[in-house]
Amino acid sequence: MPPEAAPVLLAVEGVTKHFAGVTALSDVSLDIRPGEILGLLGENGAGKSTLLKILSGVMPPSSGRITFDGADYAPSSPQDAKQLGIVTIYQELSLIPTLTVAENIFIGRAPVGPLGLVSWRRMEQDSRDIIARVGLSIDPMTPVSALSVAEQQLVEIARALSLKSRLIIMDEPTSALTETEVQRLLSIMGRLRQDKVAIMFVTHRLEEASAICDRMTVLRDGRLAGHLDRDKGRPIQLPRIIEKMVGRAASELYARPSQRAVAGDVVLSVRGLRTVRDPEAPHAIVLDGVDVDVKAGEILGVAGLVGSGRTELARAIFGADRIAAGTITLDGKQIAPASPADAIALGIGLVPEDRKHQAIFAALGILPNFSVASLGTFSNGFGFMAERRERDALSGFRKMLSIRMASAEQAIEGLSGGNQQKVILARWLARDPKVLIVDEPTRGVDVGAKAEVHQILVQLAARGIAVMMISSELPEVLAVSDRIVTMRRGRITGEMPGVEANEEKLMELMALDSQDALGQDAEDQAR
Amino acid sequence: MSIAEQQNQRGGATIARLLMSFGPLLFLAALVVVFTVLKPSFIDPINLFNITRQISITGLIALGMTFVILTAGIDLSVGSLLAFCGMVAAVVAKGGAANTLSLSTSGTQGYGWFAALLAAVIVGAAAGGVQGLAITRLKVPPFVVTLGGLTVFRGLTLTISNGGPISGFDASMRWFGTGLIGPVPVPAIIFAIAAILCHIVLRYTRYGRAVYAVGGNAEAARLSGLRVDRILVSVYVIVGFFAGLAAFVLSARLNSSEAVAGIGYELTVISAVVIGGTSLFGGIGSVGGTVVGAALIGVLQNGLQFNNVSSYTQSIVIGLILILAVAFDRWLKSRVRR
Repeated sequence: MPPEAAPVLLAVEGVTKHFAGVTALSDVSLDIRPGEILGLLGENGAGKSTLLKILSGVMPPSSGRITFDGADYAPSSPQDAKQLGIVTIYQELSLIPTLTVAENIFIGRAPVGPLGLVSWRRMEQDSRDIIARVGLSIDPMTPVSALSVAEQQLVEIARALSLKSRLIIMDEPTSALTETEVQRLLSIMGRLRQDKVAIMFVTHRLEEASAICDRMTVLRDGRLAGHLDRDKGRPIQLPRIIEKMVGRAASELYARPSQRAVAGDVVLSVRGLRTVRDPEAPHAIVLDGVDVDVKAGEILGVAGLVGSGRTELARAIFGADRIAAGTITLDGKQIAPASPADAIALGIGLVPEDRKHQAIFAALGILPNFSVASLGTFSNGFGFMAERRERDALSGFRKMLSIRMASAEQAIEGLSGGNQQKVILARWLARDPKVLIVDEPTRGVDVGAKAEVHQILVQLAARGIAVMMISSELPEVLAVSDRIVTMRRGRITGEMPGVEANEEKLMELMALDSQDALGQDAEDQAR
Repeated sequence: MSIAEQQNQRGGATIARLLMSFGPLLFLAALVVVFTVLKPSFIDPINLFNITRQISITGLIALGMTFVILTAGIDLSVGSLLAFCGMVAAVVAKGGAANTLSLSTSGTQGYGWFAALLAAVIVGAAAGGVQGLAITRLKVPPFVVTLGGLTVFRGLTLTISNGGPISGFDASMRWFGTGLIGPVPVPAIIFAIAAILCHIVLRYTRYGRAVYAVGGNAEAARLSGLRVDRILVSVYVIVGFFAGLAAFVLSARLNSSEAVAGIGYELTVISAVVIGGTSLFGGIGSVGGTVVGAALIGVLQNGLQFNNVSSYTQSIVIGLILILAVAFDRWLKSRVRR
């Protein structure tokens, strides 16, 4: 790793940004050298996006100094930033889907022939060379709409390379990718590193950051929380990152809730579960013979990376996706829920992973958000809502779960992520389910509220509910689960009691060969 | 769950919220004042009752359309469906298509007003149901299905009527269009009762909650156990029912079912719903808003007519008001969000 020798490419010194009295970024400094991958990490609201906007020319800093390649860097617009050599690739890709790959790469600067007409031949040839650099072997004349998200992302990177960019900033590039696609992206990042391109990798995925980054800069509450370096070439360990991100030790954050219920009989039993491949989404994960049991009063942690089939398992049990083969047994009776409505009627609840799109009704108040799954319970025989009863139930849960809200009429959008999640939990508790499946229960939940959500899950199990908790955050799985199963490629790859598990064991079962490939590949590229 | 009921937020946002709920109403009041100043006879009870009669036909359909738009759907077929249901009502009232062009009201083979009414609403609801099934089962967007419906129902109407009107109903049927109870026109009373019922259904029943939920977030509604497809079909049944009811009242009022009735009504109806604050993206809106929206358009049309503004100019004004109303709504929302 030669970065120590290379001169600094981008230096941010004491940058501060105020918005109407609020300080979004305060005295932040970092630097990055050619051929280096710098991780930029931090919780939501830590100031990452503000810093990105400044670097990509969307807005200027209030104070502080930025130099790029030794000269003062003050781009007047994103276009300007691009010309100066810094390209930012956002989560929302900026390609034009109806145009071809080549047109997108050369948009606004198509090669022209002698008559001033576009030279398609040259455009095609040049694009072919450029996309080969990012490991893409597609026809450059394919329309972008025919590509997967991962391929589109590579096209964006290719376009950045063709602009002779020296710093590529990637904002959460892996959030929409499958496991294999993530690995491909990481190995291409490794290759770009060899070509002396500097990469700023902004991510929530600590595992990925740890695998690929040479150094990390961590932000917290708009301030610099610290810089982390590889320790003798070994990846930066997760606990070190977490500690910097949250400002306290990970062990403290994910304290294992104390009182544990004794697990009872098996409530939910799944055998040989397989799902159908959807012809419209050929890359989607299918379940490939899953066996799993959940007992009354226990929390079963399901650990798996993105694309392991963990969410698909939840959806199949819940009747949201079609099942091809296998049996589901609830309280000893075989069930075949054909829709979520069926599953709910049988006593199963699901807190989905994507709260915004799958759980909350943003335009509605808290009350209708709470009662939507129990309209039958909260209405009389004529179909009229029994609002008194409904409100009483909500205020009961408000106390029990300590939901911080102004009134039942308040728009749910106005609540914090943690309180929204508690309303969704209350939605299911109102039905008194036998089985509650929670998928990424603390995604988008502030650090402080995470522990509260964990405590609630433990309480629910103590009341005899069979809780199945799906999570990609290993510390969370370890803190909350009585028993843990790991998933990979649509299969269960291991099972162990919560007390015997640790991150290394789980990671091995979750990632196995692919984890090796990921780590090895990145290491190899680094050297 | 109206936005005005949300009592958090700071001063400016609160005013914006209030305006969002009462803006159309204030605008309506302002229009009445302006027209009265221009021509004091505008405010005469006779004229005001006239307006209520005028708005009741499109108003009835707009009630049904509120359900549809609350689910983020649209129904462009209502004008044609109204003509079709009107023709069905006429055929039933007069006892068959044989005496199509007979103007006699003494025809003895007719089945009477009640059968005509029943036929109109059943055919309307069934037509809506078929469109709803096409939307949910065939996964064709509502815009396309009902655009197809718009021409299909017009064609059916022309087919059964041979292009001409069917006229001459008995007095008991005509009463529903021209009668008065005290000073109040019967169509206005039908509209008022229907509006109250719709308000109760949307505001106080579990079905109403489900409609808002499906419109607010269909995927979340499905994952919360709502039978989303059934609810979607049901709103098209409801708007079809109201198109049938409106058709009956219109035929009774004109003493004739015209093959060309209701052309362009879908636009007036959708305008009324949207001006009333119901979001085309679903999940936000109310029956009260729709009534105000319908009244606003009625007052505008009547007031402009009263002042001898040509119908050409009227369309221009109403179109501009529609755009302004939605622009204003957007602007308010951006203020509330901040």
